[in-house]
Amino acid sequence: MQRKTNQKAWFLVLPVFLLVGFSAIIPLMTVVNYSVQDSFGSGEFYWVGTEWFIEILNSERFHSALGRQLLFTSIILAIEIPLGILIALSMPKKGWGASICLVLMALPLLIPWNVVGTIWQIFAREDIGLLGHTLAAMGVEYNYTQSAFDAWVTVIVMDVWHWTSLVVLLCYAGLCSIPEAFYQAAKIDGATRWAVFRYIQFPKMNRVLLIAVLLRFMDSFMIYTEPFVVTGGGPGNATTFLSIDLVKMAIGQFDVGPAAAFSLIYFLIVLLVSWVFYTVMTARDGEAG
Amino acid sequence: MAEIHLKKMAHSYVANPHGPEDYALKALDHVWEDGGAYALLGPSGCGKTTLLNIISGLLTPSQGQVLFGDEDVTGRDTADRNIAQVFQFPVIYDTMTVRQNLAFPLKNRGMAPAEIDARVAEIADMLDLTERLDERAAGLSADAKQIISLGRGLVRKDVNAILFDEPLTVIDPHKKWVLRSKLKELHQQFGYTMVYVTHDQTEALTFADKVVVMHDGAVVQMGTPEELFLRPAHTFVGYFIGSPGMNIVPACVEGAVATVADIKIDLGVSYGALGSEAVEIGIRPEFLTLGTGGGFAVEVLAVEDLGRHKIAQVAFAGQTLSVLVPEHTLVATGPASLTFDPKRTLVYKNSLLLEGQADAA
Repeated sequence: MQRKTNQKAWFLVLPVFLLVGFSAIIPLMTVVNYSVQDSFGSGEFYWVGTEWFIEILNSERFHSALGRQLLFTSIILAIEIPLGILIALSMPKKGWGASICLVLMALPLLIPWNVVGTIWQIFAREDIGLLGHTLAAMGVEYNYTQSAFDAWVTVIVMDVWHWTSLVVLLCYAGLCSIPEAFYQAAKIDGATRWAVFRYIQFPKMNRVLLIAVLLRFMDSFMIYTEPFVVTGGGPGNATTFLSIDLVKMAIGQFDVGPAAAFSLIYFLIVLLVSWVFYTVMTARDGEAG
Repeated sequence: MAEIHLKKMAHSYVANPHGPEDYALKALDHVWEDGGAYALLGPSGCGKTTLLNIISGLLTPSQGQVLFGDEDVTGRDTADRNIAQVFQFPVIYDTMTVRQNLAFPLKNRGMAPAEIDARVAEIADMLDLTERLDERAAGLSADAKQIISLGRGLVRKDVNAILFDEPLTVIDPHKKWVLRSKLKELHQQFGYTMVYVTHDQTEALTFADKVVVMHDGAVVQMGTPEELFLRPAHTFVGYFIGSPGMNIVPACVEGAVATVADIKIDLGVSYGALGSEAVEIGIRPEFLTLGTGGGFAVEVLAVEDLGRHKIAQVAFAGQTLSVLVPEHTLVATGPASLTFDPKRTLVYKNSLLLEGQADAA
């Protein structure tokens, strides 16, 4: 039997290649191009090889921004994932209560990033903000523009407020897909509430939790707008996370070469950590067959 | 183990039920004898699963009581009832091995580890799971998972009854038979009370000593498979059991004669002056005979060959009846003669079976 090769099918995937090419590969290549050259403006470029990469990787500035970023993301994941699971578990499964909860949960997700920043920027102000003013009236010393600790608390609470809903909605979807029979069987087996969570709900949520962890990791690792609006990266450099630092370098100082190297390193870190999360969290699935 | 007694029990999913239509389960009194193998048979939505969940305690009935022996367990929690239930879809704990799955109900009840091991080994042996004890349960086939679900019920020594809610739905046809035999074997060996819910009459009739037929939230008949076949207490039973179901024809019954559109059919026994209001006669296709003479003149409309027998559709007094024709008998469409077996021609009023009296005359 002779097999006829038909190469025409490639035309069908051509649009996708073009789209990905223009939206991702070509811009990425420009960044790669900048990262290995030095420029003094007016279109003059000099080849510098890996110099920018070595400079960035050895710079104190990058190290401290990366350290802040890792701390921020760890705190965000440590709060939002358990809190999201907890809220999803306590939400009603059906009836009007469920609809109301879902709408309430979806609201923060619908607000644009810079609006969230502005809301909290005003909310936490001591002179006119409800939160800042109340705290001051209670005698709590709180000022996010001067105290690094207060700035951190503000940014973290803001992110928790903004994004925990995403974890809640994903977990809730996971919980809703568990057939009633599992709960009934657990009752007959005399399982405690904790055992039901540990052996039924948690394993069944595994998949959506993976998505939640990945999304929350990537988004919080790349956070820019909200802290930029609230604290502008301050006080000092206290809340200058990687992307804020990157923008300062690229646009503020117009160091295109180092900024390009920075971007690529940043991108590789996100990729690497996501891969680690994915591998660790799906390892158990493999065993289960 | 004890007999299970349902007393004036009814259930409604509506908060304030008004009429009978609000009840998923209408008031019923019923006794499940200790060690009996029962099948609960009925179409989807007739209340079978509701009844089962009330026995196991997953649901609390709106009215009435559930007794285990002399003990009232109506308000008692599922875990305290010592009921095992196997669901339509296999329920296993994904992260555990087969052994851990089987041990789970005992662990939850705080049994000593050594005792758990012994009990799990015993049950695994009984269900032929010994070699697979250390496999992950999530990787097994549907029928193996269903056996584990069953095993989690059996592992408790004190089970009062094992309830099955259409347990073979997701099992391959050729394995259904194996599983069903396994259940029968367990029943004979250990004498558990078993209640098996199904909408498949073959499953019900082969599994159970006694079949309980439900229709529209009520039990319409309980009996042996033979009783259900020969004397259906309700036209629904006649229609639901048997393939094809019973022929039901509106008729006027006076004494021992039923009249259907001027045709007089002998009933063998007398029913008095019943009249024709809500009166029907029922006869199974198996007890009608097609021949060349001596019966009522009818017209054969169609013949369907089912291999072991044929089913003929016959026009009789403006109705279409199904008639079972033995394998080697020839039937052709066209005129024929039909005879009724008087002993098997039953009379129903308001869908309920009437008992006739042997005519003195």
